[in-house]
Amino acid sequence: MQADQPTMDHGVETTPLDIARIRREFPILRRKVHGKPLVYLDNAATTQRPHDVVEGIARYSFRDNANVHRGVHELSQTATAHYEGVREKVRDFVGAEKTEEIVYVRGTTEAINLVAASYGGRHLNEGDEVLVTQLEHHSNIVPWQLICESRGAKLVAAPINDDGEVILDEFERLIGPKTKIVAFSHISNALGTINPVERMTEIAKSRGAVVLVDGAQATAHTKVDVRKIGCDFYTVSAHKMYGPMGIGALYGRKELLDAMPPYQGGGDMIRMVSFEKTLYSSVPHKFEAGTPNVEGVVGLGSAIDFITSLGLDRMAEHEHDLLAYATEVIGGRPEVRIVGTAREKASILSFLIDGVHPHDIGTILDGEGIAIRAGHHCAQPVMDRFGVPATIRASFAVYNTREEVDALARGLDKVMEIFG
Amino acid sequence: MSELRELYQELVLDHGKHPRNFHGMEDADRQSVGYNPLCGDKLTLYLKLEGDTVKDVSFQGAGCAISTASASLLTETLKGRTRAEVDQVIREFIHMLTEGSPDDDVEHLGKLVVFQGVREFPVRVKCATLAWRTLEAALHGQDEPVTTE
Ligand SMILES: Cc1ncc(COP(=O)(O)O)c(C=O)c1O
Repeated sequence: MQADQPTMDHGVETTPLDIARIRREFPILRRKVHGKPLVYLDNAATTQRPHDVVEGIARYSFRDNANVHRGVHELSQTATAHYEGVREKVRDFVGAEKTEEIVYVRGTTEAINLVAASYGGRHLNEGDEVLVTQLEHHSNIVPWQLICESRGAKLVAAPINDDGEVILDEFERLIGPKTKIVAFSHISNALGTINPVERMTEIAKSRGAVVLVDGAQATAHTKVDVRKIGCDFYTVSAHKMYGPMGIGALYGRKELLDAMPPYQGGGDMIRMVSFEKTLYSSVPHKFEAGTPNVEGVVGLGSAIDFITSLGLDRMAEHEHDLLAYATEVIGGRPEVRIVGTAREKASILSFLIDGVHPHDIGTILDGEGIAIRAGHHCAQPVMDRFGVPATIRASFAVYNTREEVDALARGLDKVMEIFG
Repeated sequence: MSELRELYQELVLDHGKHPRNFHGMEDADRQSVGYNPLCGDKLTLYLKLEGDTVKDVSFQGAGCAISTASASLLTETLKGRTRAEVDQVIREFIHMLTEGSPDDDVEHLGKLVVFQGVREFPVRVKCATLAWRTLEAALHGQDEPVTTE
């Protein structure tokens, strides 16, 4: 695929992407569902995987598989080289300064749990506060609730306005001397809101809080630069950026990671063990107990290559076009109400149809081969904020097309035929 | 599309849109909350008993067409029945949706037969059974909210 692509010059691409060609990289997009061509619009839940990602994992498994960091033999060394090589790739991808600042985890959920348990467990005291926003995914709420409960700290949520944007004045007002940690998403999975993460980080840091940004939805849609953002922690889930499930990364500033206690104990995270005392490895290995998901890491590396070869700028351009088109075609229907109308939005369209429950719409669309999400999107506080139990969510990836938006519109015609 | 028509029959659409006995009940003897975390459906079921007989039954809440229609038809079906009869209907209804086969004789379930097509949509079975599991909890006095997970 790369051969015919114009040469990359660090994302400053001008030729538009060849979407038909990209689609051919994703065999699943050729399958049928209920006899109809699959229209996959549930990319915020998980993205599909291109050939290169799956084949990269297969090649690793068939040729190079061995445990890492343990053997003097050739395979173990190759496996370790893969594993550590991708760490460097992730570092570059998120703009971190040091490779040791990248810790492999299962995904965003584990990354946040790690920070909550390890950093929160050490630094939160009775009466301290953790601030999140009303936009958060449950995985950026519940880990904080757990640690707050055990430390006698308090979880506070900054409100959002009717467009689904964090109210910055309120956000600022809620960060006081007791606020030790501030955590928010880069992009909201429920509404698509892109948060002004640099501004939010600046506000929080100027008041002495440590900042975690949940990047689960962001890495496939926008260039991430953790140093520009200025955050202390940033999370990545490979399966939302064309990679495999069960692997992701936590970026953490080295000084913080160095001072944090281990999250889990076991092999690979120790320097020396005796029953009296154990010396831990240095970061990042201190946080990577046990045999890791090496093939997952290999897949994450291929996913980053895939994204880099297309160029995030061009991907974002295409996705914005889809969002604008869908907002017009779907949002323009009289029965549709869009939920989440932030000025800055990623390619997620959350909406409601008057008098028809999202779950019923999901079933009817499924009959048409259209995969969307109907539900609360693991963000019940967002649903409560808008007074709805659920929404329908169409979320677009680089391989989606305007024709698929049209298919969604025809699916909604069917819904109205039955329910209208 | 025909399976969809089977799922969304007129009776289901009608009860989904205009649920019967859709209100709270101040003097209820029993009430129970049912919750479907998958779609956020939540309903409260109210029961008034007179001796062994269901005197009145109503519900409130927000749900999809299937769960609303199922709750609505439940309230219509149960008034005046004895507890033993109610238990029997719960069992047979849930059986029809989970283990039953299309050839089963379900005539005696009356209007509830309209939900037979839900069986073809496994993820929707929980919607159709939510009210019934909640009823079970109300009758047998479980305090915890019922969830379909
Ligand atoms: C905004 C956001 N945060 C966190 C998560 C959790 O990520 P994961 O399930 O990969 O751990 C998701 C996705 O499910 C998400 O969309």
